[in-house]
Amino acid sequence: MNILYDARLDGELPDNDKQQVLATLSQALPGMTLLHREEDLRPFECDGLSAYRVLPMLVALPDTLDQVETLLKTCHSLGVPVVTRGAGTGLSGGALPLEQGVLLVMSRFKQILEVDPEARIARVQPGVRNLAISEAAAPYGLYYAPDPSSQIACSIGGNVAENAGGVHCLKYGLTVHNVLEVEVITIEGDRMTLGSEAFDSPGFDLLALFTGSEGMLGVVTEVTVKLLPKPETAKVLMASFDDVEKAGKAVGDIIAAGIIPGGLEMMDKLAIQAAEDFVKAGYPTDAEAILLCELDGVEADVDDDCDTVRRVLEATGATEIRQARDDAERAKFWAGRKNAFPAVGRMSPDYYCMDGTIPRRELPRVLKGIAALSEESGLPVANVFHAGDGNMHPLILFDANKPGELELAEEVGGKILELCVEAGGSITGEHGVGREKINQMCAQFQPDEITAFHAVKAAFDKHGLLNPGKNIPTLQRCAEFGAMHVHNNELPFPELPRF
Amino acid sequence: MTVTQQNDQDMAEALCERVRQAHRDKTPLKIVGGDTKAFYGHGVEGETLSTLEHRGIRYYDPVELIVSVRAGTPLTELEAALDAEGQMLGFEPPHFGDTATVGGTIATGLSGPRRPWAGAARDFVLGTRVMTCEGKELRFGGEVMKNVAGYDLSRLMTGAQGTLGLITEVSLKVLPKPGARHSLRLEMPLQEALEKLAEWGRQPLPLTAAAWHEGSLYLRLEGGPSSVAATRERLGGDDLDDTFWLELREQRLTFFSGDDSRPLWRLSLPNHTPELPLEGDTFYDWAGAQRWLRSSASVDAIRDVATRAGGHATCYTPCEEGGSIEPFTPLAPVVAKYHRNLKAELDPHGIFNPGRLYAEF
Repeated sequence: MNILYDARLDGELPDNDKQQVLATLSQALPGMTLLHREEDLRPFECDGLSAYRVLPMLVALPDTLDQVETLLKTCHSLGVPVVTRGAGTGLSGGALPLEQGVLLVMSRFKQILEVDPEARIARVQPGVRNLAISEAAAPYGLYYAPDPSSQIACSIGGNVAENAGGVHCLKYGLTVHNVLEVEVITIEGDRMTLGSEAFDSPGFDLLALFTGSEGMLGVVTEVTVKLLPKPETAKVLMASFDDVEKAGKAVGDIIAAGIIPGGLEMMDKLAIQAAEDFVKAGYPTDAEAILLCELDGVEADVDDDCDTVRRVLEATGATEIRQARDDAERAKFWAGRKNAFPAVGRMSPDYYCMDGTIPRRELPRVLKGIAALSEESGLPVANVFHAGDGNMHPLILFDANKPGELELAEEVGGKILELCVEAGGSITGEHGVGREKINQMCAQFQPDEITAFHAVKAAFDKHGLLNPGKNIPTLQRCAEFGAMHVHNNELPFPELPRF
Repeated sequence: MTVTQQNDQDMAEALCERVRQAHRDKTPLKIVGGDTKAFYGHGVEGETLSTLEHRGIRYYDPVELIVSVRAGTPLTELEAALDAEGQMLGFEPPHFGDTATVGGTIATGLSGPRRPWAGAARDFVLGTRVMTCEGKELRFGGEVMKNVAGYDLSRLMTGAQGTLGLITEVSLKVLPKPGARHSLRLEMPLQEALEKLAEWGRQPLPLTAAAWHEGSLYLRLEGGPSSVAATRERLGGDDLDDTFWLELREQRLTFFSGDDSRPLWRLSLPNHTPELPLEGDTFYDWAGAQRWLRSSASVDAIRDVATRAGGHATCYTPCEEGGSIEPFTPLAPVVAKYHRNLKAELDPHGIFNPGRLYAEF
């Protein structure tokens, strides 16, 4: 299934003449970098979902907030769609350009404006890399908690837009739990401060609404984040299992014992073998599954918790339990997990990473379902799993050079997400909907719910000029998508025309 | 796992019908749960819509750390069910009366002494069922820890006080109760206390509450037995009864008593805000980030000082008892514009709690 913008299903886009838009913007913004030649546009044709590429009409690289404001106002009055892009590491195609749209690139806003160790906050521009914040806070014994695996490259503006997660979410939360204030500019050019350095603000929680809104409501121009004291110590246990179900049960039992681990990750056999081949992390390649359980906090408590977790793991039938002896071994244990994606990438010409979430108790059933889909399609699937918070990353292995395999991988991916929804979960835990999962939104939400989302969008962007076609599908699209999944011969959305 | 009480019932259909009718007739509705937080915001003119009969814990799985509760469920009932499994609501919500409901707790979005360390009500909301003005019950978020599909309407509803829709059910993340707890009191002047709290904030201490009033710094330590014991030894001080935090949360300490005729204000401020030049008596909570103020200073003076410090001020004393005519800090004009837009999109006839937050919507 091709996920590129489809006017029949996603709505007609204004058809503006490129030369005219270029002339108007150049005149309004004489000092701003505005790329328009094909060879200059090429590097911006995709984000982290690189299977899909579109050349934008123009690429704007502003240096000042006044330029951003003028650009948005001008595009608003011309009726030109705007897609905002940060570092371009997003995996769901949220920054996929539009042929008829301007791509607004925020990467030049990369100043750390303030680190205040007394108030434990950092105020940064949106193009600042996630890891750079923690690096700037490190001299004060502080850090920024959310750590998406792309943290060396991804920028905080994109983190806010996607409500990025990481491996420590169960204990430390997602982006929405760690951002205090954002400055935004709407498509009409209105500048707003949402949230504050205090713990709350009067009025609606627009800060939460903007977090994860995928650039559909406004452009993030400044972010103030909460900094946390670095845990005194962190220790990691690795447990091997001869059965995935036992590993899944151990996850629940650890939490039932009253422990919230800093990180709790699971990998299945294929992922273990790939990681071991790649980084030699010391993983047991004969195990069906491993759990990595990191406990952090005050030394004495962590030691107590390690004992408790060890007992739980023994009781659930772990075949081997190892505790990293020192920081070097701890880093090695994690290296395998953190490099799981590229490791799997070495095994196969291409892989497709999914991001469903499920209630943890559904893990065995969903894993069985995934195994069945894998067998049926002939495409191997490696499972990497933020087990603590129920966030799965099945990696579907395929070869895009073989005709039909990309489509097959996407089909398997879509079915995996629908399996997650059926299990009471969600189609995305941290990567966002973007363009990639636009059809699966129709499986997760009812038409009335999608209508409510469109109402929210209309409150901030009446003409739908910010990032059209992303995040929230049209009912038209759901009708078309639903038509391919007819249940009990009942056609969803009977009132809508079909293409 | 479902915890079923005798009087659990699903009244969603009846609520739908009431809301549909109100939308048709363009009749405003005043949403009421246990009616314990009527003081918080403007009075609402409208037909009373009670959520009390829509009640019961619909789903609770301690292993998943998730509970889903109908809006009319008494907060005490939810807390008792969690307590039985050694768990709790991390944001320690104030009740302000025996009849407080889960719906009202989320609609007002208030949080107790643990807030700076554990998070606010909105941080624990995983999903909601919300009734639209057209009387349709919609589901946002869900019973999973991570979910970024669609806009975060659940958090938008939290603290919106029923002005954007009727919350009929909420799914919350719950936490295991800490293994150990110790509360203590230290004699310490304000300036030193604020400095100490900033310093401790940069250290991995097991602090979960910190208040200051009249020369005493009150602290609560929670965590593993080892770290609580070690910190207790390090800080010293006098033992303090843990009920202090309950009395503070419920505003039953002498500071809050009704004898004082001066209005009660809540100042929400950035971490590490110094003592503010405000006339009256101040009680410091949230390590200084939430301050309760008894003051006869003018509304403008209080708001001006709070705003200049980077925060805002809410009046807890109703207007008719001498409080501010605007309980909440007025919004910046451009922010107010998008509030009106949202209200117009989600509740065009203004049937849900009109004026409760701000007179204009």
